[in-house]
Amino acid sequence: MAPLLVLGLALCLSGTWAVDKGNFKTCEQSAFCKRQRALKPGESPYRALLETMELTNTRLTLQLINDNNKVRLLLELYRLQGNITRVKINELKPLKPRYEVPDVLIREPTTEPLSVLSQDENGVVLSLGVESQRVIISARPFRLDIMEGSDVLMSLNSRGLLAFEHLRMRKDTFSYKVTSTVASVWDNIKRVFSSQADPEAEKKEEADPANQAETTKEEEEKVEDGMWEETFKSHTDSKPNGPSAVSLDFSLPGVEHVYGIPEHADTLRLKTTDNGDPYRLYNLDVFQYELYNPMALYGSVPVMVAHSAQRTTGIFWLNAAETWVDISSNTAGKTVFGKMLDYVQGSSETPQTDVRWISESGIIDIFIMLGPTPKDVFSQYASLTGTQSFPPLASLGYHQCRWNYNDQEDVKSVDAGFDEHDIPYDFIWLDIEHTDGKRYFTWDPHKFATPKEMLQGLMDKKRKMVAIVDPHIKVDGNYKIHNEIRSRGFYVKNKDGGDYEGWCWPGSASYPDFTRADMRAWWASMFAYDQYEGTMENLYTWNDMNEPSVFNGPEVTMHKDATHGAWEHRDIHNLYGLYVQMATAEGLIQRSGGVERPFVLTRAFFAGSQRLGAVWTGDNAAEWGHLKISIPMCLSMGLVGISFCGADIGGFFKSPSTELLVRWYQAGAYQPFYRAHAHVDTPRREPWLFGPENTALIREAVRQRYTLLPYWYQLFYRAHVTGEPVMRPLWVEYPQDLATFALEDEYLIGRDLLVHPVVEEGARGVTAYLPGKDEVWFDVHTFQKHNGAQNLYIPVTMSSIPVFQRGGSIIPRKLRVRRSSTCMEHDPYTLYVALNLQRTADGELYIDDGHTFNYEKKEFIYRKLTFANKVLSSVNLAPDAKFTTDSWIERIIVLGASKPSKVTLKTADGQEKQLEFDFDASMSVLTVRKPGMNAGADWTMTFQ
Amino acid sequence: MSCQFLLLLLLSVGVSAVEVQRPRGVPLSKRQFYEEGKPFTCLDGSRTIPFDRVNDDYCDCQDGSDEPGTAACPNGSFHCTNAGFRPTFIPSSRINDGICDCCDTTDEYNSGATCQNTCRELGRKERESLQKMAEIAKEGFLLKQQLIHEANRGLEDKKAKLGDVQGSKKDLEAKVEALRTVKEAAEQPEREAKERHLKAWEGKLSFKSISPSTVCNEHDITGSLVSFKLNIKYCLSLISNADTPAPEETSREEINEPVSDNESDQYPDDDIPEDEDDDDEEDEDDDRDEHEYKIPPTARTEEKKDDDEGAMPPYDQETQNLIDGKNAFKTELFNFGFGICFRNLEKEISFDFGPSSEFAYLYSQCYELTTSEYIYRLCPFNRVTQKPKFGGSETNLGSWGKWAGPEDSIYSVMKYEHGTGCWQGPSRSTTVKLTCGKETVVTSTSEPSRCEYLMEFTCPAICQEPPNLEISSHEHQEL
Repeated sequence: MAPLLVLGLALCLSGTWAVDKGNFKTCEQSAFCKRQRALKPGESPYRALLETMELTNTRLTLQLINDNNKVRLLLELYRLQGNITRVKINELKPLKPRYEVPDVLIREPTTEPLSVLSQDENGVVLSLGVESQRVIISARPFRLDIMEGSDVLMSLNSRGLLAFEHLRMRKDTFSYKVTSTVASVWDNIKRVFSSQADPEAEKKEEADPANQAETTKEEEEKVEDGMWEETFKSHTDSKPNGPSAVSLDFSLPGVEHVYGIPEHADTLRLKTTDNGDPYRLYNLDVFQYELYNPMALYGSVPVMVAHSAQRTTGIFWLNAAETWVDISSNTAGKTVFGKMLDYVQGSSETPQTDVRWISESGIIDIFIMLGPTPKDVFSQYASLTGTQSFPPLASLGYHQCRWNYNDQEDVKSVDAGFDEHDIPYDFIWLDIEHTDGKRYFTWDPHKFATPKEMLQGLMDKKRKMVAIVDPHIKVDGNYKIHNEIRSRGFYVKNKDGGDYEGWCWPGSASYPDFTRADMRAWWASMFAYDQYEGTMENLYTWNDMNEPSVFNGPEVTMHKDATHGAWEHRDIHNLYGLYVQMATAEGLIQRSGGVERPFVLTRAFFAGSQRLGAVWTGDNAAEWGHLKISIPMCLSMGLVGISFCGADIGGFFKSPSTELLVRWYQAGAYQPFYRAHAHVDTPRREPWLFGPENTALIREAVRQRYTLLPYWYQLFYRAHVTGEPVMRPLWVEYPQDLATFALEDEYLIGRDLLVHPVVEEGARGVTAYLPGKDEVWFDVHTFQKHNGAQNLYIPVTMSSIPVFQRGGSIIPRKLRVRRSSTCMEHDPYTLYVALNLQRTADGELYIDDGHTFNYEKKEFIYRKLTFANKVLSSVNLAPDAKFTTDSWIERIIVLGASKPSKVTLKTADGQEKQLEFDFDASMSVLTVRKPGMNAGADWTMTFQ
Repeated sequence: MSCQFLLLLLLSVGVSAVEVQRPRGVPLSKRQFYEEGKPFTCLDGSRTIPFDRVNDDYCDCQDGSDEPGTAACPNGSFHCTNAGFRPTFIPSSRINDGICDCCDTTDEYNSGATCQNTCRELGRKERESLQKMAEIAKEGFLLKQQLIHEANRGLEDKKAKLGDVQGSKKDLEAKVEALRTVKEAAEQPEREAKERHLKAWEGKLSFKSISPSTVCNEHDITGSLVSFKLNIKYCLSLISNADTPAPEETSREEINEPVSDNESDQYPDDDIPEDEDDDDEEDEDDDRDEHEYKIPPTARTEEKKDDDEGAMPPYDQETQNLIDGKNAFKTELFNFGFGICFRNLEKEISFDFGPSSEFAYLYSQCYELTTSEYIYRLCPFNRVTQKPKFGGSETNLGSWGKWAGPEDSIYSVMKYEHGTGCWQGPSRSTTVKLTCGKETVVTSTSEPSRCEYLMEFTCPAICQEPPNLEISSHEHQEL
């Protein structure tokens, strides 16, 4: 494997441990980004032709004209259910259709009536129905403002950066080609200079775009470099459709904090990009990625969340092509507001964030989610792209992965190791080496000769396995999958119409066209037990390399001029990975006859991927910085719907120090997807290989995870129903607390657990911010009570994982940790009731079978737990749902309690019994012994 | 037979009758702490609870001792009697988890899992395998005794040889010293010739490339040197008999390839007649080794360089001497020739071949295992290599490092270190696990972690005196 890796990716690495930035484009090197970014704020050439306005009940259309080139655009505006405004801009009469992203929205969004409030020659004012919200369309230049009362919530094209490169015929093909080639050569030369950090050359480059911006104002647009052909390194992009980029700016008055647009290895709060590259969204297999920069990574969700103490809003830019996002913050109020709005903004001191989106092709299709609360934005976005899939309970347990577990014997001994060291785990994983020569859907005939035997062995212990299935298919006439795909014509085509071939793990490989529904259906059928030989119901799937990764392709991915039917790869690129996971998840559902929930992990993702499974942060490294950044990376994903996120525990590349490994196990125990993984070239690192002391520390971390599985599970149920993130930044729950807005070293799980993992080497203590001036927080380990709205210094040792339960919450746990989550199915619950200052608390308890879709048929238990007036009660939240459980309540722990004289339990049948309890006066902890009622029953418990 | 069965049946009834007397999951040894009807004190003494709270599926004791038969305590343990097999403790989290852990099925009394009592079968199998192992151990142990005996004899031989060589050396040194003065006077006209030699010497970058024998030939001019040559021959015979496989010092620079291969290769056969040495066993191995150690010429050149680097210090010394003392050359030549003898003999004698030198017979041997892809080769106390089956160069998986077993059985694991480096990784290393067997053979190899190899190796030398089998199997019957 190592030689392949060297060949494919690392030739020029020469032993250094960092991304080779030269393999990936900067904005300057990406022709459309360079072109678009050269456009500076100013008066927009676009004008709204108000006379073309048509308003049906729910749809407004209007033509825009570019006064420079007279090309007309069609603007559509919709009011969508749930306080969302959709704005679509396309060419009025494109030469050929432009790509509109399918399969991301879960359905055609429900529209709501729009009405014109007023109209004159300067513009139109539309009512958005609720809360005195209005849209103001200004005609000359075109801009669009969304207002609530006297506040501008968001403005579009207020900086005049709307740009829409219309499709055009290529002029004078021959002579153009010559100039463009010459130009690209010149460009290469310049690039060489600039890469040598020649300040002169850089200045020159900066000056150039300005000139170009000038010239574009001419009637006849000049042909620019990179419009019809672009070369990066040795790869030439043929661009048969010519320039097709789209761009639009958004102004967010009153906003100083924006988040989202994953995936970047960067801070939670997005930075301004004035002095560097924009954030890039282009799914790429980045070898040894670097921290704290805006480079593109494996996945893209073009959703930005803007937050201020007053309001939370979101922008969803539905475009799957390469996209760049510029962010600038303008607290001086330099933005030019239209005259119509001048009276509105009294002060020019209002902080403001300006954002600009640039995509290479497709159309402008944006969803403006108007909040006003963070949770409103989550549900608005969920109404468009769906919610987090409800994972099988077991997949929330611990996953043991490595590239690679060598053979069945190895799997068996690792499995036995967990039992020997009494560490629970649910899934063991097989990376690419398990296959017969990187032919997915097969097993190595020597190393994995009897996979069913192996799977049965795991099943006997109620454990499961994940095997990798990547989307690159070995070109091999003796490989069934390849032959089928080729004969059905399911492969992506190269620009000349042949099957696209690239280099990946198996050597020469082709890539199925997952954008085709028939291809996906076929792919799904390959997971049937009789097709995918050697599989059983406890085998699940992992889709890696689905950016797609093409070792010898431009930027290690597919050529943009490869084709997917009528569309170029350019148009669909960021969607490819989502489709792979979609087809795979569908396969897992189908093989069980639609009964079992799938579990599929993906590396590449897009808006909507949350519906399909889990995502991990790709090939990180065994460094403290990578442990630290796993928090903002997963928080960012959670904000845009993808809750089931995790980073490779221990770090993929390199070998972690024991301290780092232990800390990572501890931090990972409190992140949604909990999987250890390691590169093939690293020494073994199963949890018991670092001496008994560290084994014990890791065991304890994993056990803490397992005790909390009921809480994780019900949070995922909530995420599945509402779209709110499981792992969330503090500001989501404390939206007015400015101190929380940039926090990324701690976070909340649900609403009730605050986690501040130790992510610094040699840490003696951490300072956690406990939010909420009316809140109290209980250390979950010591039960010590702390007041909210304070920075709390917590001394730590190697066993410390600082976690706090919010006063006012009730969290169910299962304290009988067994060797897998399935083994704990029928075990009793302990309820942790943490009282707030008002001496109340509430929480939920969700129970179902843990693995089927039967919850959709209302087969679950969903209860509300409330503590008020010294009475703890369990009330059915879903009276129409039916499910029975063997689980019972074995213990109730009340934190911040006072000593009762007696505790009485009253069950649904009217029976009362007095319960025994312990009271720890020093910590004010009351433990009620063995109340014993069924977890699904109605009951009340009185503390007198 | 049927009587025995009946007896067993009665016995087991008797046993289960006894078990009723103690709470579920309590071993007999702790029965006295669990007295029916009397308050139970947690075994850590932390608190006392009514007896009906023992095994009532709620954890009252910090140490888990009140719930030996349920999964209520996170730190509890459950005792399976496993009649017919070995009694054992399991973590109480494995009680009623639907997975059969105790062969007597007692851990799954309320989970609905259908467990079969497999204790008798397991017991039988264990006894069989124990018996088999004991037989192997017995035979292996006998072989080991023999090995120890031979090793001791061999060691004495070698010590004696070492003494001989030392004696000869002194003798020769004296002679040379005497000759030196004579020659010095006579040698003036020979200066030119000497310079020629000097040039020849300098021209060769490699110290090793001037093998003692070739030097001997070149300088075989005076009668006195005849005896020197003979002695060199004697010395070389010792060397080749021992096959001098040991890498010089185990300094890191040298680890890549063993020094000895090339040396032995470079002695022309006609110059070194097959030795009159008495040890037949060793002779056989010589043949094999010499044959097998032959490596492609290109590889050899490379290896030479490595070796040269390894041997540089004496070379520098040599050069220095050559420059400093005109006639020291020959003396040094002697020293060099003897040096090899000394070093190898001393080396061999200094190896830790086990408490009774039982592993000495492995020295200078090699053992191979062919897998689907590679041929693995273990040369104990020397190195481990891997060679692709279908062509390709050999990779060093580590050179002899140390005994690395756990404290109570240090000799159960060998560690070979500092093999060929891995891409972006450490240098290759191999752990060899020794188990008792009649044959000396490599039974398996694997690479559990990249560039960290694991080899299973059986040999009689690790065999321990077997315990008395009859008694132990009898005990099992009783249970």
